[in-house]
Amino acid sequence: MNQHISQSRRVGLFVTCLVDLFRPCIGFASVKLLEDAGYEVDVPMAQTCCGQPSYNSGDREDTISIARKTIEIFEGYDYIVAPSGSCAGMLKKHYPALFQDDSAWAERAKAFSAKVYELTSFLTDVAGVTAVEAALAGSVTYHDSCSGLRELGIREQPRKLLASVKGLELKEMEDSDVCCGFGGTFCVKYPDISNRIVEEKTKSIEASGARMLLAGDLGCLMNMAGKLQRQGSSIEVRHVAEVLAGMTDTPAIGRRKG
Amino acid sequence: MEIRSPVFKKNARAALVDPQLRKAMEHVKTGFIHKRALAAAALPEFEQLRDAGKAIKDLTLANLDKYLEAYEAKVTESGGHVHWAETAEDARNIVLRICQSVEAKTVTKGKSMISEEIELNDFLEAHDIRPVETDLGEYIIQLRGEHPSHIIAPAVHLTREQVEKDFRRAHTGLPPGRDLSKPLTMLAEARKVLRSQYFAADVGITGANFLVAETGTSVIVTNEGNGDLTQILPRVHIVLASIEKVVPTLSDLAQILRVLARSATGQDMSVYTTLSTGPRRPDDPDGPEQYHVILLDNGRSSMIGTEFQDMLRCIRCGACMNHCPVYHAVGGHTYGWVYPGPMGAVLTPSLIGVDKAGHLPNASTFCGRCEAVCPMRIPLPKMMRHWREREFSRGLNPATQRYGLRAWAFFAKRPRLYRMATSLAVPVLSLFGRRRGSFRVLPLASGWTKYRDMPSPEGRTFMQEWKQREARKQGGQTS
Repeated sequence: MNQHISQSRRVGLFVTCLVDLFRPCIGFASVKLLEDAGYEVDVPMAQTCCGQPSYNSGDREDTISIARKTIEIFEGYDYIVAPSGSCAGMLKKHYPALFQDDSAWAERAKAFSAKVYELTSFLTDVAGVTAVEAALAGSVTYHDSCSGLRELGIREQPRKLLASVKGLELKEMEDSDVCCGFGGTFCVKYPDISNRIVEEKTKSIEASGARMLLAGDLGCLMNMAGKLQRQGSSIEVRHVAEVLAGMTDTPAIGRRKG
Repeated sequence: MEIRSPVFKKNARAALVDPQLRKAMEHVKTGFIHKRALAAAALPEFEQLRDAGKAIKDLTLANLDKYLEAYEAKVTESGGHVHWAETAEDARNIVLRICQSVEAKTVTKGKSMISEEIELNDFLEAHDIRPVETDLGEYIIQLRGEHPSHIIAPAVHLTREQVEKDFRRAHTGLPPGRDLSKPLTMLAEARKVLRSQYFAADVGITGANFLVAETGTSVIVTNEGNGDLTQILPRVHIVLASIEKVVPTLSDLAQILRVLARSATGQDMSVYTTLSTGPRRPDDPDGPEQYHVILLDNGRSSMIGTEFQDMLRCIRCGACMNHCPVYHAVGGHTYGWVYPGPMGAVLTPSLIGVDKAGHLPNASTFCGRCEAVCPMRIPLPKMMRHWREREFSRGLNPATQRYGLRAWAFFAKRPRLYRMATSLAVPVLSLFGRRRGSFRVLPLASGWTKYRDMPSPEGRTFMQEWKQREARKQGGQTS
């Protein structure tokens, strides 16, 4: 098994649509972490979105078309890695469910899904990374995004890696496992409710005393960063990959350059 | 009760600005969650018990007709009567017929969500029969003319101060200077007021947490002892139960009881677990002369064999709503019908139609905390998604949403077009956002920018940057 892993080194990076559109530096941080771990990283240009907006809005037909395309594009890689628990959860847990009654695609989807990982869990659980070469002087708090936590069981992995960042102090917030209120289209379909939930979240973030908020999902991060900024908070918000890759020279989410 | 699920958004807006509700809901967040976590952690076999409970319910649902018939035969054998009610109206009429047969004037009631579902209290009052709720929470909301906002803690939306006011208003015969500053003193007062009602009642109505097919037994799980007095003291005991409450054996019951209270209140067992089998026998010291069970379907049998069958495993512990961030924010009344929270979001569309209850399965972030704590491992988010699929295929969701989504999907399915569109749009958006790094107002995104800033795109898309990096690498290699 180990030998097999050491020979299988080609990773297809599923960038995720939000990272592609809003924050490319997360993509580059992911590439660096994967390359540092000894993997060859490829980014297929034909990728778009994992299909969650359609899937969670009840549009099964479009979701299936998008899923087929994604599988076709990525099934040739040894691993498919995404810097998002939510998108990785979609590819890993929901794609097989979408095709379970489709004899032509069921096996294909299963084989594809078996190779899908969220970034931090891939680094620790598959690549066996125990420490990263990065430093950050200051305190951070970590929000456990829902899909990563409850669909993929990601909790310890990012914390383990963060513990190896020189100078970094992790200050846990209360209820780090409670939803931030983003929920994909939920936050625009039910903005009033979403707002109350993110208010509760920013209260916990502020109370942690940390000066930086990290998480593994850009959707949640944009939601929390947007709320913190509206409240006039000085807390910086970044994707965990940026810190782990030592790439914190770009402005934090929602902040301007310089 | 009036179905207010279609105006869920309006209900939510009102709930979000209600300071009393916000204060009251803090108890849900702090009390229930912590206690459940401790109870689950203290029992090494808790997770296995969840699996076992799920297996018992799955087996039962696969043979529901068989177990219900076996149950009926046992009830009849022990001298009781089983009445089959296809609809809420059928159930109401059966209750009325039984009450009228003994010329009942007063009916005491233990806690029952089925009673809410069939709107029994209003119906009885319209026929000059006085229903008296004896569960403390139910008693409080009856005083207030409200409906439960939680399936096991009906008055959880109220603060102690609100309840004190209600008691002072309703219990006029008591000294005005009395101390009602603690929940316990209020409980004592409610007990005193209710005590005489038990003896005045001609009929006692309870729900059932379980029905045991093996023995023809109905089971109630309570903490106040009011259920026992309700079902033992009057001449007639009526059990209201929906068909999925049946379990095959007493041993199955014992297994599921081990996860019920732990999931609900964090207790190992609730204070009272009462098993009733038939009317009073000649040697029994007490008990009712007549024992009736009304088995309500009300749409449940049509869930069997569909993607919603798993919902019928629900044992009504309330853990899903206790852990739901949406429920915490808006409270139970916002859901607009009998069953709130995640279990209501799945069950309500089954019972009153997705055309009326469509908001409920949509108003979820799919955070998955409900499924994570459900003792019966009901895949609640998955079933909410199934409702969204039914809505979508029937064209029930708003047109703007549909078009927006279809447009997104159109591009997501066509990588080259997608790439072209995003490569053009993102840098432009970034240009407008670069001064602040974010937007305070953004056209077409007011749902977002009403409450939060919208982070601006960094610059060009990742794909544009990546292509350039690869080209540079290629160039470096060839030169």
